[in-house]
Amino acid sequence: MLTLIRGSGCEVVEVDKSKVRKGMLSSLIPGLSSLSQRGLAGWLVVLGFIMVTSIVVVTAISPWVVPYNPSQINVGRPLLSPNSQFLFGTNNMGQDVFSRVLSGGGIMLEVSILSVMICLLIGVPIGLLSSYVGGIFDRFLCLIMDSIYAFPGLVLAIAIAAMLGRGVTNMAISIAVVYVPSYFRVIRSQVLSIKEMPYVEAAKAAGAKGRTVLSRYIFPNVVPSIVVVATVNFADAILTAAGLTFIGLGVPVDIPDWGWDLTNGSRLLSSGAWWVIAYPGLMIILLALGFTLMGEGLSEMANPRLRE
Amino acid sequence: MVVSQPLLSVNGLTVEYWARRGKVRAVEDVSFSIDKSETLGVVGESGCGKSTLGLSLMRLVPYPGRVVKGKILLKGRDVLGFSASEMRNLRGKDISYVFQDPMTSLNPVKKIGAHFVELIRAHEPRVSEKDAVVRTRKLLKDVGIQSERIGDYPHQLSGGMRQRVMIALAIALNPSLVIADEPTTALDVIVQAKILDLLNALRDSYGMALVLITHDLSIVLERSDKIIVMYAGHMVEYARSEDIYRNPQHPYTQGLLKAIPNVELDEQTLNAIAGSPPDLLNLPKGCRFWPRCYCAKERCREEEPRLICTEQDHYVRCGKYKEGE
Repeated sequence: MLTLIRGSGCEVVEVDKSKVRKGMLSSLIPGLSSLSQRGLAGWLVVLGFIMVTSIVVVTAISPWVVPYNPSQINVGRPLLSPNSQFLFGTNNMGQDVFSRVLSGGGIMLEVSILSVMICLLIGVPIGLLSSYVGGIFDRFLCLIMDSIYAFPGLVLAIAIAAMLGRGVTNMAISIAVVYVPSYFRVIRSQVLSIKEMPYVEAAKAAGAKGRTVLSRYIFPNVVPSIVVVATVNFADAILTAAGLTFIGLGVPVDIPDWGWDLTNGSRLLSSGAWWVIAYPGLMIILLALGFTLMGEGLSEMANPRLRE
Repeated sequence: MVVSQPLLSVNGLTVEYWARRGKVRAVEDVSFSIDKSETLGVVGESGCGKSTLGLSLMRLVPYPGRVVKGKILLKGRDVLGFSASEMRNLRGKDISYVFQDPMTSLNPVKKIGAHFVELIRAHEPRVSEKDAVVRTRKLLKDVGIQSERIGDYPHQLSGGMRQRVMIALAIALNPSLVIADEPTTALDVIVQAKILDLLNALRDSYGMALVLITHDLSIVLERSDKIIVMYAGHMVEYARSEDIYRNPQHPYTQGLLKAIPNVELDEQTLNAIAGSPPDLLNLPKGCRFWPRCYCAKERCREEEPRLICTEQDHYVRCGKYKEGE
């Protein structure tokens, strides 16, 4: 539809010379120039995006760039402090901390992506429906969601993960259960105001079906809020995943994982080996911070007045 | 005399809102009819039931409102008996609605053209996207918008342009009746005149009937064939525009006419009707207008006047008059 209208030659593409001159960076990241026009919020998004992407890229290419096999023990002597051979030192089993830092994000990213996807698949449709249909159905769902929301997130995730057992999917499910209510609440409240908008009434007056109203008129208008919640949810999911792994509900030890390195490193901290816990911890913080920056920036920009 | 069937005839329409504090009759016992290519003006103060009347014609009265009595016949078919899917077919295709606030009546995330294409294809699934776009361009031209704006988003248009787009959307499927609910209230006076002229011109060229809901009697006096004056849910006067202008019978209509500023007379003050309309939950006994009426009698406080026909096609709800007087 939209491409059709664009194709019919009615869209005037303005070429701004200053944008062209910005060159490389702008062309690498589509929309960067429009982001940077938003001031601080735009730059927060860009900064967060760069942090997250670089960590994702590093994790993805890690099998080919790590100096040592991250799971192999005794590649060097145990507990070597950072030096030219082992950049971040070695841990108590003689594993290379640098290699583990490079490749240890995989599980965490998998878990958080999967959990956000589950949240989107469950939270968004029920949020939309509940609020649009209203009545008893809405009250019932609200009750369930509020009771989940009442629990402290990590505690509930631990309980569910302990019930389901270890593994990436189980971790993702337990995190998703905790975060579905926040999607539900944000979307529900948004829909409550959007469904009273004149354009929704106008659509009904033009004979639109309930399904059409929901999918074409209401849903696209809540997408900005969904994006914001999802980004913030990413950060939370990473921290929760780290927490789950930390207390031993994560994945088997032979897969490099920052969460497990935290557990391991915390025991070694008293012996003065700060590097075992510091570097993976820093990575978790950077990843969570990246997502949080993106989320904050986007939520600042989600104000439709600024949209153009 | 053979009476031809009117396009829309409404009989004894009563709409209630079942509010928490009690039932509110927002529209009570309203009857009128509209012929093809006719304009009916509906005038009244805020909260007198104008919009509810307009919405009830399309069965769009928001919850907790409902039509409790009456008949709505469109081309002889009983609209109130329609099923949900028949209703969806009727909306937009037979009757369409122009809302008051053009600023928020378009979906902000969709381009102007997308609104049209979706509307056209929802009602006529066999029309291709290409044909729908061609029709959209023509519609936009008809309402005085360059067809290049088809790819714009709503926020890129001014208020007046958006209302033109809304009107174009309303006439897109060539409906037999367009209900315009205060189409110019959110716009300034110059744009207002242009939009109203446009509506009238389109009425003539498309051959549709128009219900023009407004709080401004002067607007409808010059532009409509018939006028309904509403007060507190009641139709207090219903007549041809000339008759309303020359011979207003209800004291409320007389008050409204006096309140229109006249540039030819050197008057220093405008005549306002003192007081404010009654709370629909707490209506005065007798005539609903008596607390504000200049000629209220003892009798007006006691018994509610009926709608009577004082002369041909002139109906009034006031105790002063007698049938056929």
